[in-house]
Parts: sequence; C-alpha cells; structure tokens
Amino acid sequence: MEKEQHTHIVKYKTYIFVLIALLFMTFASVAITSINLGPYTVSAALLLASIKSILVLLIFMHLKFDKKFYGIMAASVFLLLACVIFITFLDYLYR
Amino acid sequence: MSNYAHIDEHRDDEGAKIGMWLFIFTELLLFGGLFIVYSVYRYINPEAFHLAAEELDTFTGTVNTVILLVSSMTIAMSISSIQYKNKKLTLILMGLTILLAAVFMVNKYFEWSGKISHGIYPGSPTLMEASQGEILFFGLYYAMTGLHALHIIIGVAFIAYVMRLVVKNEVQHDNFTILENSGLYWHLVDLIWIFLFPLFYLIT
Amino acid sequence: MSDTVIQNHEPNYLEYKGRYKGIFAWIFSTDHKRIGLLYLYSMLVLFSVAAILGLLMKIELIAPGKTIMDAQTYNSFFTLHGITMIFLIVVPGLPAVFGNFFLPLMIGAKDVAFPKLNLLSWWIYILGAAVALSSQFFGDGPPDTGWTFYAPYSFRTGTNMLPAVTGAFILGFSSIATGINFIVTIHRMRAPGMTWMKMPLFPWALYSTSWIQVLATPIVGVTLLMIVLERTMQIGFFDPALGGDPILYQHLFWIYSHPAVYIMILPAMGVISEIIPTFARKTIFGYKAIVVSTLAIAFVGYFVWGHHMFTSGMSGTALYTFSILTFLVAIPSAIKIFNWVATLHKASIDIQTPFLWALCFLFVFMIGGLSGMVLGALSANVHLHDTAFVVAHFHFIVFGGTGYAFFGALHYWYPKMFGRMYDKGWANIGLAVFFTGFNTLYLPMFYLGMIGMPRRYYDYVEEFHGPNIVSSFGAMLMISGLVIIITNLVRSARKGEIAEADPWKGKTLEWTTASPPTLENFDEIPIVTKLPYDYE
Repeated sequence: MEKEQHTHIVKYKTYIFVLIALLFMTFASVAITSINLGPYTVSAALLLASIKSILVLLIFMHLKFDKKFYGIMAASVFLLLACVIFITFLDYLYR
Repeated sequence: MSNYAHIDEHRDDEGAKIGMWLFIFTELLLFGGLFIVYSVYRYINPEAFHLAAEELDTFTGTVNTVILLVSSMTIAMSISSIQYKNKKLTLILMGLTILLAAVFMVNKYFEWSGKISHGIYPGSPTLMEASQGEILFFGLYYAMTGLHALHIIIGVAFIAYVMRLVVKNEVQHDNFTILENSGLYWHLVDLIWIFLFPLFYLIT
Repeated sequence: MSDTVIQNHEPNYLEYKGRYKGIFAWIFSTDHKRIGLLYLYSMLVLFSVAAILGLLMKIELIAPGKTIMDAQTYNSFFTLHGITMIFLIVVPGLPAVFGNFFLPLMIGAKDVAFPKLNLLSWWIYILGAAVALSSQFFGDGPPDTGWTFYAPYSFRTGTNMLPAVTGAFILGFSSIATGINFIVTIHRMRAPGMTWMKMPLFPWALYSTSWIQVLATPIVGVTLLMIVLERTMQIGFFDPALGGDPILYQHLFWIYSHPAVYIMILPAMGVISEIIPTFARKTIFGYKAIVVSTLAIAFVGYFVWGHHMFTSGMSGTALYTFSILTFLVAIPSAIKIFNWVATLHKASIDIQTPFLWALCFLFVFMIGGLSGMVLGALSANVHLHDTAFVVAHFHFIVFGGTGYAFFGALHYWYPKMFGRMYDKGWANIGLAVFFTGFNTLYLPMFYLGMIGMPRRYYDYVEEFHGPNIVSSFGAMLMISGLVIIITNLVRSARKGEIAEADPWKGKTLEWTTASPPTLENFDEIPIVTKLPYDYE
C-alpha cells in the first residue's frame, strides 16, 4: 500500500514545459511592471506570481499527482494566511 | 529484547512526507509573518517604497529568478530519474541544482556588497538620513533576502546529504522519500523567491 | 481482560535496559514514555521555581510600599515568572508530558511517528530553557519587559533581553517538532479499526493543538527574530523613530500568542473529557459535538488575537470585529461544559481524586471563561485593561484551566505511569488546601481590578490594602497545598502500593496494557471495534 504513491513517474517533458511557462511568466512580469500601469502594476505582478506558485505547487511539488489530502492542507494554509492578512488590514485600512 | 533500535526502524514513507509538508507550512508562515510586515509598511509608505525599489537592479533579480526556477526543475527531474533507476543522471541533476544554488549565492553576494559599498545597510549613516519608508524597505530587504539565503544554504546542505545517500545506494528507485523531501524543501525556497522577486525588484 | 496482562515477563519501560546506562538511558532514550517523564521532571523543577517567584511577588504586595524587594526586582520577577510559566510550562505542558506518554498508548501505537525527532525536541526544550534562564545571571541585569516583550521598550531597555528572546525563539522549534510528530502519528499510526470517530477525545484535542502549534508558532518565531535584529542591527521594524509601527509588533505577537492560549486549554479540555466518562461510568454525552467544538475552537481561536489590544489604538472596524469573534469563540467552549455536565447527569459516579480535580476544573474554568466575556466586551475592556482583573482572569484560565487539568491528568494516569498508587487521602487534602488557596488568592484580584488596581506594579495606594492581604494569604495557602500534593506524588512513586493495570476501570486503550507499560506498549497491536467510552 505504501508503494502506491510512487507508481506515478512525471515525464521529463512535463517539467520542461512547466519551466518554459514559468520563465515566460517571469519575463512577462518584468515587461508589464516596466510600463506604468498605475495601481494595476502591483496586482498584475502579484497575479503572475500567484499563477507561478500554483504551477510549482501542482507539478514540481507533485500536489497534482499526490493524494488530495496534501492539496487540501496546502490550500487551507494559504487561506489561513490570507485571512490573517485580511484581519490585520481591518486595522490599517480604517485607522 | 535486546534490539533496542527496532522502533526507529519502522518505515513509513507517507508519514515522512506528511511530516515534511507540515514543516514546509511552518516555513511558509515564518515568511508569512515577514510578508505581513512588508504589506503593512508598503501600505503606509507607498511613495518611499516606490523610490527605494528603484535602487535595486532588476537585471540581477531576474537572473536569480531564472537560476532558481531552473534549479527547481533539475531537482524535480532527479526524482523522475531515480524512479527510472538512472543513478548517474540523478546525481548529475542534483549536482546541477547545487551548482545553480552556488551561482545564486554569488550573485547575491555581489548584489549585497554593492549595496553595502554604497552605504546602504541597516543602521548606516546614509540610510539614517533617508526617509522612514526607505529605512523600512531596506531593513525588510536585508531581513527577507537574508533569511531566504539562509534557507538556500540549508537546502544545499540537505541536497548534498541526500546525494551521499544516493551514492551509497541508500536511496533507490523504491526508497526515495528523503530525495522527494529534499526536493520539496528546495521548491519551497523557490516558491518564496517567486514572491520576493516582484515585491522587491519589480513593483517600483 | 485487563487483569491477564499483569503477568507480563517483559520488563516495563522504567526498568528496561538499553544501550546506555544510568541517566543516559533516559536522556538519550527515544521511548515516548521516557521522554514524557523527562518533560515532567524538567517542568516540575521549573514550575517550583516560577511558583516561588509568584509567591515572593505576592508577599511583596502584602503591604503598600517596599516590603521585601524594590521595583526593578519586582519587574524582573514578573517577567521571569511569565516567561517560565508560559513558554516553558503551560504551552508545552500537557502535550509534551501527557501527549507524549499517552497519545501512542491511547491510539494503540508502539511509539510516535518520529521517535528521534521527539527526543530532539526535548533537547531543544532544555537548550531554550537554559538560554532563556541565562538572561538572569550575566550581562546588564534580568529582563524587565514582561513575557510579552512589547516593542519599543523591548529593544530600548538596557536589560539583558537578547537571551530571553532567543530562548523563546528556540523553544518554538521544540513546540513545532512535537506538533509535527503528533499530527503524523495520529494520521498514520492509529490501531486497526480506530477510525477518526472512534478516537478518544484526548488525542482529538492533541490533534487540534498540534495544528495550532505548527501554524502559529512560526509567526512568533519570526517576530522574535525581528526583535533580535532590531536590537543588534538597528533595522527599525517596530521603532517609531525609524518609521516602524509598535502596534504591528502587538499584532504579530498575539497572532501567535492568542492561539497559544488554545494550545494551553484544548489539551486540558481533552483530559477532562477522559476523566469525566471514566468516573461517571457512562459514555460521554455528545462525542461528536465535543470533537467539532474542539476543531472550531482551534479555528476561530486563530482570528481573535486583537482582543489583547483593545486600548492600543486600533481602528474601530478592527475593534468590533475582534470583539464579535471573541464572543463567538466562547460558544464551542460552552458546548463542552454542557456536554460534561450532561455526562454527569444521572450517572453513578465513583468519586476519586482525579474526578475531584475535574470538578474543580469545571468550577474555576467557568469563572475564568465568564470573566473572559467581560473582558471581550469593548466598553468593559477599556476600563479593565491592564488591571488586576486581567491577571485574575488569565490565572483562572491558564492556571485554573491548564494547571488543574495537568494535576488532574497526573492523578488520573499516575498508576499507569509509575505502576503505583498515591495516597488518596493526602491527595484529597492537598487538593482541598490548594483549591481554597487558589480562590482566596485570585478572587480578590477581580475586585481589586474593578476598583482600579493596575497590574505589574510593586506598590499600590492604601485603599487596595485589605483585599491584597487576603490575596497574599491565599498565595501562601495555595503553595502549601502544592507542597502536599507534590510530596505525596514523589513519595508514592517509590513507596505507594502496587497499582493494577486498570485501577479506575477505564475503557480507553491505555488501560488495556500493563502498569507500567512495557517498552513496546502492547504485546499485540489491539484491534478496535467499539467506541472509546463504551460503558454499556
């Protein structure tokens, strides 16, 4: 039973595609932030960073191939951090 | 009843992996605390953060991002290659990861020493004359990239240790959880950098 | 079924001889039971020191003006008392001692998932304790900030802050290691047949606690690290002179330290949920409700940190949100109280020392919880903030909650841990003296806080004199109670009568094995088919 999780082997090709996507998004974010988009610069850069991190989590860190349980844990941790930041900002936004 | 080590020998790959993920969560929240500090001070001092970020060299930052992304791929590939029973390729890929990490650190060294020679470091006379927002920005810059660099060093040590196990055939195609775990740790280092990079170098 | 195992030929874990001799057989042991006892002994020593510090503070307060110490000594005493009690005893207390010892026993496992990590976490604990306590003996004098290390004073004061902060930082790793260990143990090592909903409630409590340990401790870790950087490198995270915001320090500190309160109280509730059905000889009322409320406390407890900062100058929106969330978190705690009381309803109760501890727990925890509601209300909080009322409230929760549960657990599981029974008469006398002293000590402080006596001062005006005398007298009574209790326990470890495997006729798995258990806990891994509290 313990060996089941290891039967899945990710192909080298998959990793290379993911890397290309990640590099593309890196350059895209450099390009986007060099033009002045006003307040949208921050959101654009952070959005790209979030997509990149999701890719890393799913493919490089194997969340896509592992049991769902790992993905649920990881998602809840990010959600928790988001909640904590949100509540902290209830103070700073309305001070 | 003389085999006192028997309980330690109990092997549970899934358990080890859950343990590693839990440890990764603690690391994420460790940086999470710093991200909270960053976002609050950015919100309070938008102008100063904007000015200070322009001091950082986007090119160096981009190069380091590319390096980390590639190294993340090589360590991920090493897990596939050990499953294909290709020991040599596994070692090459792991060695490549360590090499890339070293390049990253060298870059970081030049970046930091450049800043320090310009008199920008915590508590420096130049910085003390700057605005409060800039003091905070560079304080956070040194603290966050410094803590990240510390994690790179730990990650390299971890991977080097696992390399030795691969050489000694203690990590093989049916027993490679520790390699997976060192990979997870390395991806964590990458993951944090993915956010540090835009926050310090790009959003100007 | 339980009486057959007494005839066991294998040596129990206390007598067992391994690779090392003498004390090394303990401090290098990876056996979860020995590690649990290592924690117990270290904590009893530290607890005695910190309790004596508390007693000395109360003696100082027996009369206005200087009685036995000056202001600076008093400041360093309450700081050391707080650091020791919170970081070294109450936060790790129940999980590290009873969690380590009984989690594997209760879920039918041979050990925790990572025995070496477990031993390492004890060593880190000792290292952290040594570093934190070293602040007393060298440098520029003992720290005087209180256990909260509030900025900016914590990096302005000339006293020896670095070791105290670093020590607390190191202790975080110990806590995280234990948390990771327990979560993996519960996920992977439950006995066959023990589904989640057949797991006893103490392991459930440990499970929620461990999640908080894993998810909250890193935040205080990085915050303390920032204080260290601030003191050594002038980085200015929280220094208003450099643009920092001291209130942000309070936010980060309480993001950990409020959930830490639930690290303290959840295992205590778990212990009570074990003791009550055993002595009521009845299935616990509303097992699922207790499980859900345990998880709910852990979850909601993460978002209420701001109620420690009502007078710090937060925005109105934040104040209302934190106040509402604080009231919400009281609901699951109340659910548990109702469950325990409902379990006792119409039960044929066997009144023994552990059960009396549980009853006393219910009494003091109610007072602590209800006074918490008073403090959670914004308007009342502004009046009561930083008064003796707050001190009384959290001693009722932290000492009255966790402390009572700790001693309750010790009396409940003592025969299992040492294979001997303590003197029940002396144990009851000790409890009576302790309980009387406890209430005499802290109840007057509620009154003192309401009429305006601030906390953390070595001196007070004449109006406060009367209640303070009562309170200080209570402190002495309580300490005498503790002396009786601990002496009785220490003495009985050698001289008490031999205990049977299941002296209380409990039904959870730890009672099916020998007393004291053998190294491997179970001769055969048990197969679970019934619910944990099956007394029908």
